[in-house]
Amino acid sequence: MTDLLERENKLQGMGVSRLRKEDARFIRGKGTYVDDIKMPGMLFGAIVRSPFAHARIKSIGKEKALKVPGVVAVLTADDLKPVKLHWMPTLGGDVQAVLADKKVCFQYQEVAMVLATDRYAAADGVDAVEVEYEELPAIVDPHKSMAKDAPVIREDIADKDEVGHGKRTHPNHIFTWDAGDKAGTDAVFANAAVTVREEILNPRVHPCPLETCGCVASFDKVTGQLTVYLTSQAPHLVRTVVAMLSGIPESKIRMVGGDIGGGFGNKVPVYPGYVVAIVASIVTGVPIKWIESRIENISTTGFARDYHGVGELAADKDGRIKALRFTALADHGAFNSHVSATKFPAGLFSICTGSYDIPKAYCRVDAVYTNKAPGGVAYRCSLRVTEAVYLIERMIDVLAQKLNIDKAEIRRRNFVKKEQFPYATAFGWTLDSGNYHAALDKVLKAVDYEGLRREQAERRKKGELMGIGISTFTEIVGAGPNKVCDILGISLFDSCDIRVNPTGSAIARLGTMTQGQGHMTTYAQIIATELGLSSDEIQIEEGDTDKAPYGAGTWGSRSTPVGGAAAAMAARKIRAKAQKIAAHLLEVGEGDLEWEVDRFKVKGNPGKFKTMKDIALAAHTSNIPDGMEKGLDASEYYDPPNMTFPFGAYVCVVDIDKYTGETRVRRFYALDDCGTRINPMIIEGQIHGGLTEAFAVAMGQQVPFDEAGNHLGNSLMDYFLPTSAETPHWETDHTVTPSPHHPIGAKGVAESPHVGGIPCFTNAVVDAFAHLGVTHLTMPHTAYRVWQTCNALGINKR
Amino acid sequence: MAKKQAVAFNLNGKQVDVLVEPRELLIHTLREKLAHTGPHIGCETSHCGACTVDLDGMSVKSCTVLTVQCEGAKVLTIEGMEQGGALHALQEGFHQEHGLQCGYCTPGMITRAYRLLQENPDPTEEEIRYWMAGNLCRCTGYQNIVKAVQYAAKKLAAKAA
Amino acid sequence: MIPREFEYHAPSSIPDALGLLKKFGEGAKLLAGGHSLLPMMKMRFAAPEHLIDLGRIAELRGIREDKGTIVLGAMTTENEIIWSKLLQDKCPLLVEGARLISDPQVRYKGTIGGDISHGDPANDHPALMLALGASFVLRGASGERTVPAEGFFHGLYDTELKPGEIMTAIRIPVPAAGTGYCYAKLKRKTGDFATAAAAVLLRMKGDTVQEASIALTNVGPTALKAKAAEAALKGKALGDTTIEEAAKLAMGICEPTADQRGDAQYKTAMAGEMTRRALRTARTRAAS
Repeated sequence: MTDLLERENKLQGMGVSRLRKEDARFIRGKGTYVDDIKMPGMLFGAIVRSPFAHARIKSIGKEKALKVPGVVAVLTADDLKPVKLHWMPTLGGDVQAVLADKKVCFQYQEVAMVLATDRYAAADGVDAVEVEYEELPAIVDPHKSMAKDAPVIREDIADKDEVGHGKRTHPNHIFTWDAGDKAGTDAVFANAAVTVREEILNPRVHPCPLETCGCVASFDKVTGQLTVYLTSQAPHLVRTVVAMLSGIPESKIRMVGGDIGGGFGNKVPVYPGYVVAIVASIVTGVPIKWIESRIENISTTGFARDYHGVGELAADKDGRIKALRFTALADHGAFNSHVSATKFPAGLFSICTGSYDIPKAYCRVDAVYTNKAPGGVAYRCSLRVTEAVYLIERMIDVLAQKLNIDKAEIRRRNFVKKEQFPYATAFGWTLDSGNYHAALDKVLKAVDYEGLRREQAERRKKGELMGIGISTFTEIVGAGPNKVCDILGISLFDSCDIRVNPTGSAIARLGTMTQGQGHMTTYAQIIATELGLSSDEIQIEEGDTDKAPYGAGTWGSRSTPVGGAAAAMAARKIRAKAQKIAAHLLEVGEGDLEWEVDRFKVKGNPGKFKTMKDIALAAHTSNIPDGMEKGLDASEYYDPPNMTFPFGAYVCVVDIDKYTGETRVRRFYALDDCGTRINPMIIEGQIHGGLTEAFAVAMGQQVPFDEAGNHLGNSLMDYFLPTSAETPHWETDHTVTPSPHHPIGAKGVAESPHVGGIPCFTNAVVDAFAHLGVTHLTMPHTAYRVWQTCNALGINKR
Repeated sequence: MAKKQAVAFNLNGKQVDVLVEPRELLIHTLREKLAHTGPHIGCETSHCGACTVDLDGMSVKSCTVLTVQCEGAKVLTIEGMEQGGALHALQEGFHQEHGLQCGYCTPGMITRAYRLLQENPDPTEEEIRYWMAGNLCRCTGYQNIVKAVQYAAKKLAAKAA
Repeated sequence: MIPREFEYHAPSSIPDALGLLKKFGEGAKLLAGGHSLLPMMKMRFAAPEHLIDLGRIAELRGIREDKGTIVLGAMTTENEIIWSKLLQDKCPLLVEGARLISDPQVRYKGTIGGDISHGDPANDHPALMLALGASFVLRGASGERTVPAEGFFHGLYDTELKPGEIMTAIRIPVPAAGTGYCYAKLKRKTGDFATAAAAVLLRMKGDTVQEASIALTNVGPTALKAKAAEAALKGKALGDTTIEEAAKLAMGICEPTADQRGDAQYKTAMAGEMTRRALRTARTRAAS
């Protein structure tokens, strides 16, 4: 027995909280992030940006800039036109200006790039470029985008009646997408005993990873090879887009995602800075580095949300939801640039029936352009799932308040029951597995929910504001089944390529791209358990498109569901071959063998076995079955049969100071179910991080504009990134409900805390005021905004 | 162009000499002239702390210090934390307690925690959170960073005992 | 991120610094801790041609007590203030205030002299100085003068400090033993300026206020001394009613600028709230 345990421990495989393999370089400051890269002859590129949200460009004067010592060139749209790169296709089916030609459509839009020998000269050069603008009226409020006389933002597509996702009804209209049964849903609403309706805003926020976006582009004139080191969560997709754009054969393009300082969806889109740097390198023949500043990052790279929603539920008098009707006006900014599966321009918004058994549902999203930076899908959102879950988790609380039903109880009454899985939602998603009742019960017990409600009642008598927020969310991740999930036509499979060497260690390369999620460790753990080799001896590589098999990258929590599946399946192919070799070596039939931790044993004769290490060596010798190829390699391109559906139950307790509006998070208890748990320590770290970002979004983040489209808070002076002092303490818990369709039953987890956390905070804050008739409060719940609510209610008079 | 100045200082125990314009920021000198890319740049408004180094016994944001101010100074960066092939207790602590994910804030965090523990060898959790509030992290939510610092405090105290 | 070009000077004495100031006139700026000036220069909101670094002038450092007056060299850092046993003992209001400024790294470099002479109503020391009845030693080519904090602050970036003058020291009369104190600061997050803050000193005799000193941060073009509030408390019992009256009088002098922290109504209300809390806390710390 102990021998077995010892052999298992040696593997440091699935389920073990083993320490991370990637830490060694980071704790020494020896990571290689894009700005660490230095190449001979490298020039630095800095971008000249528009001060106006909407303006015509009358002229661009380069002369002064060219005279600045160290400045080598100034590129504008005119310099990109000969190679047709002044516009580029986006991952959303639109086109986006690389460098503005004739007009600018958002403040800080890229107008020119200054190339200089160092970043100091480049900064001086940027100052010296003279651009003349003629200001135009700007649209900042998406409700005004489709007004009859609204200024046309996208003159470049004025004659296009569709931009990738169906008919446009107005020059500033992008698409309208809907799902579900409108007529059936409307009918239920018309006859419902109870209906509730609420306008619910997900304000514009920004993922703001600690490392900004950037690249080093290097075109070798001699070989015709383009190499780009860049902050990309999807290096293969970018490589394909660049091949399509530039005409350089994709086989001569190498994208390298090295160490990335946080992504959170910010590093998925193809940014103009990358394209100009690539062109600049082709034109100058030297490497070009472009690294954006923090203000540029917040102001111009992919923002998140800006969904103006209306939520409606129809229910019976016991709070059983009969129908759901959710609509949203989506402000995409000036270009539709965010990652979008062709069939899902509004992402996975139709997960909005949540954890509940709702028979009839309809949802619609109308997307419009405004004079703001492009984006929308980003920030741990699982592709609009943050918006969807926010709506349903808010609305069920609204319904609870209307009917005076306890907020936990109403959820219990509406949950999809354990026996109903796999469950087909009204929108056609098949939730793979879940046990919502158990999760909620566990959490409520852990926090003594009844006790908290009693305490709340006492405190209310004293005029105090205490709130209890609940969030029972279902996530949808792991894009995705190739029949329905593609980006620009490329299916969203992912891949793993494993090579076991003669001395029994292995290297695996995948098409995903870690930005801190610990892939070097977790993938090694999956493969360790499958192959019976220590995870210490399994090297994991991602990000270099010359080496890694094609994949769609890491975003939307897809690495474990798709990449992890590919790893397990590739490993199983190897084990299947290994079994044949073992049978050959042991001179038995394959069926006489059984696998145990790290070896094949002959059934009934445990002394006769071959370890995977033995087999690895044999695979490279002649000691294998006749006709079998040498080597012990396999690759798998995995097409997931379904998305996966992690879920959770969170409770948040807040105390609000009605005299200042400050909210103190007294307690936050998060239970997550991500199916099979690969590394509990890493999962817990993801939960802490996701909850902290949820806290930031709910309690303080926004990207505000004035009426002319000027940014009002686009640096870290104003943009709320909580420090260690503001961040609450997180309590984590879990249940395990494996995914039946995933090779190791795992679901993915990193975005769950963000998706589930945000509504939990809002539910807590609103709950604090529920006894005073407040049904909804708009994020962010800054002290200022909460105080205004207190003031309007007249409860903070001294 | 403003005339460059020669500046000599001690970097992680070694004497270095650089030639810089007065406006050159210490973070750029470290990263680009002295190949010490451990300290990172995360903002330009002196908020994030990713550029934190230890300068003459103080944790400072090297993006808000001019290199010309460092004549004769003693500078410690993350690269100098490991001594004689042995990791500093803080480096060990961050690894043991999973106090890092993407690693970008880590050099600044460790360098700051180093000075924190020099001045306050046995900090409470509240004190750690207060004294580390000049370093932003987007990945970890700080909870394991607190544990990492506590680990190091314990280890350093045991060594001193 | 990159400042414009400038020349850098690091004098080692005050006369040398004054000489440089005179030589370069308006084209020069003094560099103290650099954490107000350098960020402005990096954003290119400021572009002095000459920077005169005061960091190598020993005479500008040090904290000492001189016959009932605490004297701080203008280049004393916030961190030095926080860790000073003398100040913790004799002037804890200053220590509490320094702890609430910015973040740990900034506090190693940020100086009390720089914070005061920058003339930014968002900075914390001006209100602390008004509450403490401090005075500032200013030295110019023609000699030295000492000016009280009250009257030093004229408006945004506008103080009594004349071109060619350097603030060399801050003089604070040691508050009487048993004086209650509190700096109550409301801010959105670490590193942010005050939404509103109140600095309070309170000398009590039993339940009666002998002397109250109240000054407000970031709710006007300068730090504001709430004189009417102070007068209303003097000689009165400190209770809910009198605290309320003082808060209202403090609110009455506020003229805050609306920004992302809040509108004028909110900021004014917060000035009142911080005054209330600072008074209550100061009371618990005061000896009767």
